[in-house]
Amino acid sequence: MRPTAPSSRRSPLRLLLTAALAVTAPGALAACGSGSGSDPDTVEVSYKQSTDNQVRVMDTFLADVKKQFEKANPGKKVKLVPIKAPDSEYYTKVQQMLRSPKTAPDLVYEDTFLINSDITSGYLKPLDDYLADWKDWDQFIDTAKTAAKAEDGKTYGIPDGTDTRGLWFDKAIFEKAGLPSDWQPKSWADLLTAARTIKAKVPDVIPLNVYTGKPAGEAATMQGFEMLLYGTEGATAAGATDPLYDEKSKKWKAGTQGFKDALAFVETVYKEKLGPEVSDALDPNISTRVRGELLPEGKLGINLDGSWLPQDWLPGSGHEWPEWSEKLGLAHMPTQNGQSPGKVSMSGGWTWAIPDKAGNPDLAFEFIETMQSKANAQKWYIANSGIAVRKDVAADPAYVEAQPGIKFFTDLVSSTHYRPAYPAYPKVSTAIQEAMESVTTGDASVAEAAKNYDEELKAATDDQVIEGTEE
Amino acid sequence: MKRQASGPPHPAFRAFTRALPLTPASVLLLLFLAGPIAYCAYIAFTDLQLTGQAEDSFIGFDNFRTAFGDEAFLNAVWLTLVFTVVSALLGQNTLGLALAALMQRASKPVRTLVGGIVVTAWVLPEVVAGFLLYAFFRREGTLNAVLDWLQLPTQNWLYTLPILAVSFANVWRGTAFSMLVYSAALNEIPKEITEAAEVDGAGGWRRMWHITLPMIRRSIGTNLMLITLQTLSVFGLIWVMTRGGPGGRSQTLPLFMYEEAFQKSMIGYGTAVALLLLVVGSLFSVIYLRLLRTEV
Repeated sequence: MRPTAPSSRRSPLRLLLTAALAVTAPGALAACGSGSGSDPDTVEVSYKQSTDNQVRVMDTFLADVKKQFEKANPGKKVKLVPIKAPDSEYYTKVQQMLRSPKTAPDLVYEDTFLINSDITSGYLKPLDDYLADWKDWDQFIDTAKTAAKAEDGKTYGIPDGTDTRGLWFDKAIFEKAGLPSDWQPKSWADLLTAARTIKAKVPDVIPLNVYTGKPAGEAATMQGFEMLLYGTEGATAAGATDPLYDEKSKKWKAGTQGFKDALAFVETVYKEKLGPEVSDALDPNISTRVRGELLPEGKLGINLDGSWLPQDWLPGSGHEWPEWSEKLGLAHMPTQNGQSPGKVSMSGGWTWAIPDKAGNPDLAFEFIETMQSKANAQKWYIANSGIAVRKDVAADPAYVEAQPGIKFFTDLVSSTHYRPAYPAYPKVSTAIQEAMESVTTGDASVAEAAKNYDEELKAATDDQVIEGTEE
Repeated sequence: MKRQASGPPHPAFRAFTRALPLTPASVLLLLFLAGPIAYCAYIAFTDLQLTGQAEDSFIGFDNFRTAFGDEAFLNAVWLTLVFTVVSALLGQNTLGLALAALMQRASKPVRTLVGGIVVTAWVLPEVVAGFLLYAFFRREGTLNAVLDWLQLPTQNWLYTLPILAVSFANVWRGTAFSMLVYSAALNEIPKEITEAAEVDGAGGWRRMWHITLPMIRRSIGTNLMLITLQTLSVFGLIWVMTRGGPGGRSQTLPLFMYEEAFQKSMIGYGTAVALLLLVVGSLFSVIYLRLLRTEV
């Protein structure tokens, strides 16, 4: 192109920019306006779809509730919006959806692990006004009611069940190792002794699985580390507070002895090769492998894991294993030295919440009422191997007998602990996973890993940390 | 405005009419390209989080200061450099040139076959390639099976040498591009010149060094620039194979950025790291442009 005079060579560009800005600015401003584009007669329900195509427990359940709801409310529609992703990516996707009224659903499935964090961000609506008129709320057990209660005292989510954690062990391997079929360790030392016995007598199996490191995510923190930490001397002493968070000063605890003891346990498991190969333990697919391969194929002696495992072995799951209840035994996780109360369990669970930017919150709550009625809740607990949070269901013999193991795990509810699910918890959890990973790989000693945790903790909580206070 | 019957039109008017056809495209570019980039640059200077925060605020250069004091970030920068140098500069580039040079001498069926195989690796979607190589390098994988059969000691590659495993994967996947660029460049070299050198008694290596390489210098520069920029932003391949693990030993900048922004919800910090990645890319580009400018 032949160059023209400089003045006119620059001006088209300037003109263009001006014109373009004039066109784009109103668009940008309009995007900030509110006004959800949702239809007032449709409830949009976002939930987590399993990444395993064979497992469609939730889809089936919600489709059933949708049918009931549309029949009972003529003219109203339910739109199911499945989000297919692993846990950590599901959280991210939902958070991005909740940021705008255009994409926010009317009802969202929220993990209790993250709900406080999302409440702080202003993503969710308080439900107290609805709960005041909902008779069934009295049927929920108290601990479940507080699962989604924020620091402002309001409730933001309706729990759809809870879970507990314990030890699953393979009876056939135990027999080969000469261990009893009604095994119940009294302390961490007992547990390690059993693992060492298996390693010596049954060489081709993994003696003990404890989830660890960042690839396993929250499973490492909760099924692994916290099951140890909440059973340490400091955490179980009379008048002890939460080992991670100090309620009084509203600060996170750095470097407690219990924290180091729990790390030392993890280090022992991997140093003595009592666990899976380190590379397998740090493979993101480890939890899928434990449930789908190692346990059913009899390659794992003891597994520290959650109450929900059987949902993967039920009819229609794609890897049915009906005989699991004969092959596997259950034991509760002991405290560090067998001190009172003797048992440790952690509980989490998921809740149904209504986004702050939802278009039809009233209709969404009506959907929750249908979904969490006694009959539907019971159906759901049984289908996903959940622990009941409704008193009337927990007392129903049909529920207790629906699945082997339900009674064992429901009984653990009395001695269970909840995570300090404050807004900073997800970041604290990542810091714990990093500490676990470094002692697992041998990159750091327990003392170094605990020191790094203290530093990470300060960064994760804006310096809301108190130095080692040992009860 | 009204045009006068005589004389040239007003320059401003002419500029306007000339710019008119470009307006739709420019509006789209501003809306979908410049807008998000500017927004990203802004976010990098805030402490925006995806969750757990009621208000975000402008914090100036804090994110960048945090980055340079963060061991994990410095580790990611180092690994990014290793990954780029090993897999792009040494691996894809040299192997691509060697393949192109060898294929010039090969018979047509061999050329077609080899070209087909190499290009197949390149056209596979990144995630598929990642899974294939994960299966190849795993402890129970193909590579160890082959080593075992050869009575050689096996290794758990993804665990002991993760950065080399992902570098190799990237070489496997990306060599085709360099090969195609160099094949085209080598075909451009006039036959007379190589023949003249041969008559003067220059052997294969000397011809390569004194004739071929200087003649395709520009292609080398262009190719290096393109594959460096591609390699700097490789995410899917590493994510599928190792997720940056174990213990962050294969966590290059894109993976570090993803972890900070989406797994730890620190969108502001993650975006700042993304801008720093852009700086790394620019530095490489500047070096290559300098190399290209010097005449032989």
